[in-house]
Amino acid sequence: MRCCLLLLGLYLTVTLVLPLYTLLAKSLQNKDGHFVGFANFARYFADPAMLQSFANTVHVSAIGTIITLLLAFLYAYALTRTCMAGRGFFRAVALIPLLAPSLLPGLALVYLFGNQGIFKSLLFGHEIYGPIGIVMGEVFFAFPHALIILVTALSVADGRLYEAAESLRARPARIFLTVTLPGCRYGLVSASLVIFTLIFTDFGVPKVIGGSYNVLATDVYRQVIGQFNFQMGAVVGLLLLLPAVLSFAADRIMQRKQVALLSARAVPLQPKPRPLTDRVFFCLAAAVAGFLLLVLGMALFGSLVKLWPYNLSLTLKWYDFARAGTDGWGPYFNSLRMAALVAAIGTAIIFGGAYLVEKSRGAGRLRAILHLLAMIPLAVPGIVLGLSYIFFFNAPDNPLNFIYGTMTVLVVNTICHFYTVSHLTAITALKQVDAEFESVAASLKVPLYRTFWRVTVPVCLPAILDISVYLFVNAMTTVSAVVFLYSAETKLMSINAINTDDAGNTAAACAMGMTIVATSAALKGLHSLILRRVERRTQAWRKR
Amino acid sequence: MVEPSFALAQIELDISMTSKSPYLRIERVSKAFGDFQALKDISLDVQAGEFVCFLGPSGCGKTTLLRAIAGLDIHNVGTIIQNGIDISALPPSQRDFGIVFQSYALFPNLNVVDNVGYGLVGGKMSRTQIKARIAELLAMVGLVAQGSKYPGQLSGGQQQRVALARALAMSPGLLLLDEPLSALDARVRQHLRGELKQLQRRLAVTAIMVTHDQEEALAIADRIVVMNEGRIEQIGTPIDIYRHPTAAFVADFVGQMNFVPVDCESEGRVRLGEAILDVNGESPMAGAAATLCIRPEDIQIRGVVVGQGNSVAAVIERVEFLGSFCRAELRLVCGRRLHADFSINAMRDLSLAPGQDLHIALPADRIRLFPVPVSAASHHG
Ligand SMILES: Nc1ncnc2c1ncn2[C@@H]1O[C@H](COP(=O)(O)OP(=O)(O)O)[C@@H](O)[C@H]1O
Ligand SMILES: [Mg+2]
Repeated sequence: MRCCLLLLGLYLTVTLVLPLYTLLAKSLQNKDGHFVGFANFARYFADPAMLQSFANTVHVSAIGTIITLLLAFLYAYALTRTCMAGRGFFRAVALIPLLAPSLLPGLALVYLFGNQGIFKSLLFGHEIYGPIGIVMGEVFFAFPHALIILVTALSVADGRLYEAAESLRARPARIFLTVTLPGCRYGLVSASLVIFTLIFTDFGVPKVIGGSYNVLATDVYRQVIGQFNFQMGAVVGLLLLLPAVLSFAADRIMQRKQVALLSARAVPLQPKPRPLTDRVFFCLAAAVAGFLLLVLGMALFGSLVKLWPYNLSLTLKWYDFARAGTDGWGPYFNSLRMAALVAAIGTAIIFGGAYLVEKSRGAGRLRAILHLLAMIPLAVPGIVLGLSYIFFFNAPDNPLNFIYGTMTVLVVNTICHFYTVSHLTAITALKQVDAEFESVAASLKVPLYRTFWRVTVPVCLPAILDISVYLFVNAMTTVSAVVFLYSAETKLMSINAINTDDAGNTAAACAMGMTIVATSAALKGLHSLILRRVERRTQAWRKR
Repeated sequence: MVEPSFALAQIELDISMTSKSPYLRIERVSKAFGDFQALKDISLDVQAGEFVCFLGPSGCGKTTLLRAIAGLDIHNVGTIIQNGIDISALPPSQRDFGIVFQSYALFPNLNVVDNVGYGLVGGKMSRTQIKARIAELLAMVGLVAQGSKYPGQLSGGQQQRVALARALAMSPGLLLLDEPLSALDARVRQHLRGELKQLQRRLAVTAIMVTHDQEEALAIADRIVVMNEGRIEQIGTPIDIYRHPTAAFVADFVGQMNFVPVDCESEGRVRLGEAILDVNGESPMAGAAATLCIRPEDIQIRGVVVGQGNSVAAVIERVEFLGSFCRAELRLVCGRRLHADFSINAMRDLSLAPGQDLHIALPADRIRLFPVPVSAASHHG
């Protein structure tokens, strides 16, 4: 038991702590590897071009956050607090962006508002390449993340509070300000922190549609891949950690102020039909869903027409990757292979690790440390993690150097990248399992692994499936970390799409993006099918 | 509170006490969670075949002690010897016990047969032997027809029996039960505790049960270990604990008790207001303040003559009807209040009603004195 815990600690040290440490060290060294203190940072802040992209990043992140938050709040309100028609449909549509790599909205926006875009005139002479495009793409990309948090926050409401307010003759606006908003304050703050961090560190959208408008994430890429300036790359990488650090601090402060909003006697709020309000929110939700579908639809359409915008007849030729001279289907199978490996190995490591952390006896401090380590990846943007991996695994004196450039490093990196959410899902599920199962097993002299297999795994199967699908979909769509780590043999579909777009073949890039969306969607479908079968098979004991 | 019957337990205890070395010996065990001392210097012997109850208020360390015996939370200081072997450092898997938890901890995805057979599979037994053993266990707890059901499809009482059968499957020498009945409703609880006791008797397995329900402990245990704040307050047979509490805490926690402040006049005599009362047994020094304890059912009203020894005048303030008996609140001349239990017969015969004056007697052999003003007395008024 303790052995397994130590093994997990070793794994997290090698795949997370040491790479991050190398990044930190790199930022304090010169090109020859000598310690130079904060000289690199001084150089960074003395360079006006660098400072400009820092300002740019803050600028688009702030605007993107405000717009996303506003839209997601209205949408979440419509889903949870009104009786508008089609709530199930709207909920499903809003989650579509999760299936797409973040470069896909960038590509679609080129079709919509680019030099030959259908809606170019709507920009009144402004360029889509630059902040406008970045903000639009990021809104698409960050929307579902904000929505999930806000729907959760708005779902938790005490109906009695509303009845009390109404009986005191408060007007709807007053009720909104005094009951609704305070009730989801925490959700609003955490949603804004999460999406600010997402936009601040995203690489896919600005890469595709940023044009000459530089942001930090593209700067890192340019410094490292373009100019081999690893030290400066490390400095920018550390700057990308800023919002996560701020979020952590803000979260701490909020949590101290957060009191339980729901007493045990709370009655869930049942929204009542309000014809006018429902209709207004229906229109709002339809507009937002329309935007999401338009972006996705445009990417699909762009991948299906012969030559945008001159020849709009339909074709499948852009999906014929072998003929298009873009590495054929190899990258797709690489992506599939990686996603499958990440899902299989990642689920095993993360769920097994969470089991050890949650259920083993003794070694309290070690378990607390492991849990803390598991929380770190959430704060580390993909681009920073990818950078750390180069520094660590590409170092010639690292005995693990041989995995650099292989599928292994991609798999290990991606597992680490998405570790935290999976870990928390596993912990939540394990907490619901009776804490005494392990004690009973010990009293019956049954080894722990047998109880794990026969009881814990079957009982947690839905959570295990959730984790593996989450890992699979994210492995399919991720760009930011792996963009530093792929080699010619292990090129992935999402990266291939970026390179193809760079080479000017937007249609083929769209086709690749859509292939990823289709694969993720198919897996999601498969997941719900399996889940339904599992539920049917296990309902004998799940149902009371 | 109905006075439980424990004559049987008394006799049987005398038999078990005669065996020499104890089956389980707990010596000076302490356990701390960080700064918090959950068990303080616990020593206890349990004889083979005995049924021992740990009784105490919630949070007093009963579960912690049970888990230390099981090895689930190993204690910091002291030794535990089971069957002559020092098991203090052994992990639970190398100790000999079966355990039933309050939550039962039944595996939800396994049916009753698989739950009961969980510890048998993978051992030395053959398939047919296992099957026979499971059938035997199910018959023992009366669940023969429920073998293919899942825990979620059983009632609370049935789940409890499955947990019991599972714990007994490997024929352990020691059965540990952590509040096994507290999740059930009152009727089922009473029924099952009888069955539990019979089963334990029949299998002659040594059993330790944790409970915070004093009635349950009095009814089921051969010996009761009363605990408070990580310490053992008293160990004794149910009748001992009930009749002769050695600590004010025990007197208060087990059964109903009146606590009245008195002054010691001389050896064996105390002053309660105007009245002088004789007291058997030990009493504090003359002139010291003390607390007098007497159970409501020990207060006599029938045939008390004015001026008789240990009698006081009182007036009935309130009468509470409690089914098979009545509890009256009496006010003494000095203003102190006492609770007294009267049978329905006495109520009728003496036509007792609020406002009525009467004479009561506090028999000297039923009074206990504790030297200090008892803090616990506060909630008896
Ligand atoms: N794992 C633990 N960590 C810290 N404190 C504990 C732990 N387990 C129990 N305690 C504390 O020890 C005391 C005794 O607990 P327990 O033995 O469960 O009481 P009970 O008599 O109700 O079974 C309680 O105050 C409880 O808070
Ligand atoms: Mg307890």
